[in-house]
Amino acid sequence: MNELLLVVTIAGERVALPAAAVESVVELDTLIPVPRAAPHVAGLSALRSRVLTVIDCMRSLELGDTDCSDGIREAAVVELDGHHYALIVDMVEDVLEAASDPVPVRAAMGVGWERVSDGMVETEQGPLLLIDVAALVAGVEAKAAA
Amino acid sequence: MDDLIADFVAECREMLEALGGEIVAWEAQPDDRARLDSIFRFVHTVKGNCGFFEFPRLEALSHAAEDALADVRAGRRHPDGALVSAVLAVIDRIGEMVSAIEAGEDMPTGDDNHLIDALAPGAEGVIVPVVVAAEAATKASAAPRTIRLSVELLDRVMSTVSDMVLARNELARRLRESTSDVPVDGAFERLSSIIAEMRDAITRTRMQRIENLFVGLPRMVRDLSAELGKQVLVDIDGGDVELDREMIEMIRDPLTHIIRNAVDHGIEKPSERLKSGKREIGVLAVSARQSGNQILIDIQDDGRGIDGKKLVEKAISNGVVTKDEAAQLSPRDQLALIFEAGLSTAKEVTAISGRGVGMDVVRSNVERIGGIVEVDSKPGEGTRMTLRVPLTLTIIPALTVSIAGQHFAIPRSAIEEIVRANGESVTLEHLGGAGVATIRGRRVPEVSLATVLGLDSQVDEQDRTLVVLRPAGGDVYALSVDRIHDHEELVVKPAAPAVMATGLYAGTTLADDGSPILLFDPAGIAAVGGVKLEVQERTARIAEGPASAISKATPVLLFRGLDGGRRALRLAVVDRIEEVPASAVRESAGQLRVQLGEAILPLAGASASDVADGKVRLFRLNDGLHEIGYAFAEVIDFATIDRDIIHSERPGEVSGVSLVNNEPAELVDAHWLFANHQAAAAAKKEQLVCLIPDWDPWMQNMLRPLVEAAGYRVVDDAENEKADVVIACLGEELPDNASHKTIWLRSEPEVANTKDFSIYRYDRAGLLMALKSAGGGRGK
Repeated sequence: MNELLLVVTIAGERVALPAAAVESVVELDTLIPVPRAAPHVAGLSALRSRVLTVIDCMRSLELGDTDCSDGIREAAVVELDGHHYALIVDMVEDVLEAASDPVPVRAAMGVGWERVSDGMVETEQGPLLLIDVAALVAGVEAKAAA
Repeated sequence: MDDLIADFVAECREMLEALGGEIVAWEAQPDDRARLDSIFRFVHTVKGNCGFFEFPRLEALSHAAEDALADVRAGRRHPDGALVSAVLAVIDRIGEMVSAIEAGEDMPTGDDNHLIDALAPGAEGVIVPVVVAAEAATKASAAPRTIRLSVELLDRVMSTVSDMVLARNELARRLRESTSDVPVDGAFERLSSIIAEMRDAITRTRMQRIENLFVGLPRMVRDLSAELGKQVLVDIDGGDVELDREMIEMIRDPLTHIIRNAVDHGIEKPSERLKSGKREIGVLAVSARQSGNQILIDIQDDGRGIDGKKLVEKAISNGVVTKDEAAQLSPRDQLALIFEAGLSTAKEVTAISGRGVGMDVVRSNVERIGGIVEVDSKPGEGTRMTLRVPLTLTIIPALTVSIAGQHFAIPRSAIEEIVRANGESVTLEHLGGAGVATIRGRRVPEVSLATVLGLDSQVDEQDRTLVVLRPAGGDVYALSVDRIHDHEELVVKPAAPAVMATGLYAGTTLADDGSPILLFDPAGIAAVGGVKLEVQERTARIAEGPASAISKATPVLLFRGLDGGRRALRLAVVDRIEEVPASAVRESAGQLRVQLGEAILPLAGASASDVADGKVRLFRLNDGLHEIGYAFAEVIDFATIDRDIIHSERPGEVSGVSLVNNEPAELVDAHWLFANHQAAAAAKKEQLVCLIPDWDPWMQNMLRPLVEAAGYRVVDDAENEKADVVIACLGEELPDNASHKTIWLRSEPEVANTKDFSIYRYDRAGLLMALKSAGGGRGK
């Protein structure tokens, strides 16, 4: 019930990540591309001698590309099945307490949002979309454009 | 055997402990299938092991319990209270006996028959009070000082240590960047060495003696041979070789399969063996040894061997090869067909090895862990299978390469060779858009890494480097990369699924500078690059065959000498090419010599001034008895001499000149080289024997080499041999086996009196003269 949420901005939209899933928030500097990987895999980065697979949330949501050319990007680090991922977000805002259990969103969202949605949660700052981290990491099923 | 019993006891104890709760639960709920199964497994295990260890009472008990429980499992019997009690009584008795075995005592006395009878349907419940077990349990505290750890825990420690190594690398990098501070550096050095030591220790905890794998083999072979009516003796060697625990599990199945095959198909029945003049009992030798960072496991039988022709026939009828292809296969290739899917020479599928699992599965399993299987066989004499597997899975030696500025790693085990795309013996052609590299006459499909990865390489195609790869389960192809960087030992971690989905990568790792590097999967690149493996290689070999048969010209190696001369050496005398640092080349004993590993060879083709610094490349020439080195600047090409040779007038290093590839080249006279550089050592004549006292260190250490250089064989008093010359110090007594010639030595330069015929011991010329004249007495 009183789940903590990490509020981040992806593609200009404020959304919530389950804070329990997020290990840390980092600033990525180096990014090693992974040729031929799915488009939403932005590359690899190292954090404290661990390899992070960097996920471009914009591309995972099919909302365009995150511009990584300007260097440092903020990212939330999550662990899934023993692998560490860094989710590139526009901005990390705040940690809030959820005021309700997630409920399905009945309005029509974008296809990408629909896929990663875990429902809507109420917070003191109003309703936020709860993101399914695993779905975000999985990205679009389509493989690399060969 | 004691080890095995200890293992057995430990296993039983563990199961008994785990079973404690189950038994109670089963008693309360006899219908519970899961509990029944675990109790059944226990008695089954005990029964299986007892047969091996010869504990007949234990075996009888567990057998009876197993039968009763099997009936319940099959639904033939309902588990009533009486049965439950009877089974419990049996398990308690087993516990008592195991305790007794552990303590090395005699079995508790008593008759088990009433327990066994109680298991029978309709028997009356017999409750046996248990007292002994409790007592025994307290005694067991004197266990050896070992504990059992779960492999998961070890893995976790291992991966933490790997992380620590990476963290240390990163720290090292940051320290290098910042201004150096001596105390900090010192502390860091210490930390580094501790981490290295710890990593070593942890790696060892994961190591297991391969004995654990071998220990079950005699039993398996015994059972198999009994079943097949054969007699097989197993000879096991090298059980103390240590191997990564995980690796042992990975090779268990392939090894078992190979041994089954050897007993089933390799070793003949006793009557057949006698007929072919062999001993009735076949020998199956299994040995393990370590070679570098690989473990070699040999499985050798003295059976009927593999019939290459039969294999080929079978391969043709199964459509694995065509008739034309088959005709071109070398004997080795014929044997290698055994690893093709769906091939087995056995006429009928037997219960032992014909289980639909063929050698192809063995090969792919071994190759999956970075290993190799080789087969060698002589019909009628036996077969040898060799498994080569790496020591561990987690640390992989790799080559780092770059393409379009990005670094990647390639596992070294898959790399066959590295050549430059514009090298003399390499040509790169395009056929319908596909690259084909011709490397010393061998056509190899080329994969451009830039194309596979979709990167833009700034390096021109002709300037790239070709890495010739032989991926697991496939055949060679050449991967063109921009640059080759370094050999590194990398701690490899699995990559995220999204990365693995590309099929190109085997994992990720961190380079020394802390940046992530992707490790390639050579087979994956071939697949993505569209290389047709297997088929390609075989046809390429065939294309080569007839061509070499037609030309009768002498194959030579064309090279440029250190002085820039264009020369050729007959290929047959060149053993291999070596590269050594200039420091390995020394002028010693009047001749230029080069150190190669543990051998020191005379070096030709160079003078001391030519090899002042840098690296020296040299051919290792071999005449079958001796080796010499021949320094050169670069290899130009492989060529053949099909023109006339203009012989030189005087014997020398160059025997003649001929046109090779339309340019004149000097032919190096290997005979002259060996005659001039190896003559001293090669000359074997009857040696004169010189006796030197063995108790005199000066004589042994300083004089002996001089005497040996003069052509004598040196013996001492202990060797009861007739000496031609004896050397002794003035004032000493001569040993019994002294000969007519004695050289007396004195320690002062000045002669004490005129009658003295001794020689001052540092008078080198005088000594040599004396030795020579002493030797003259015996005709050569």
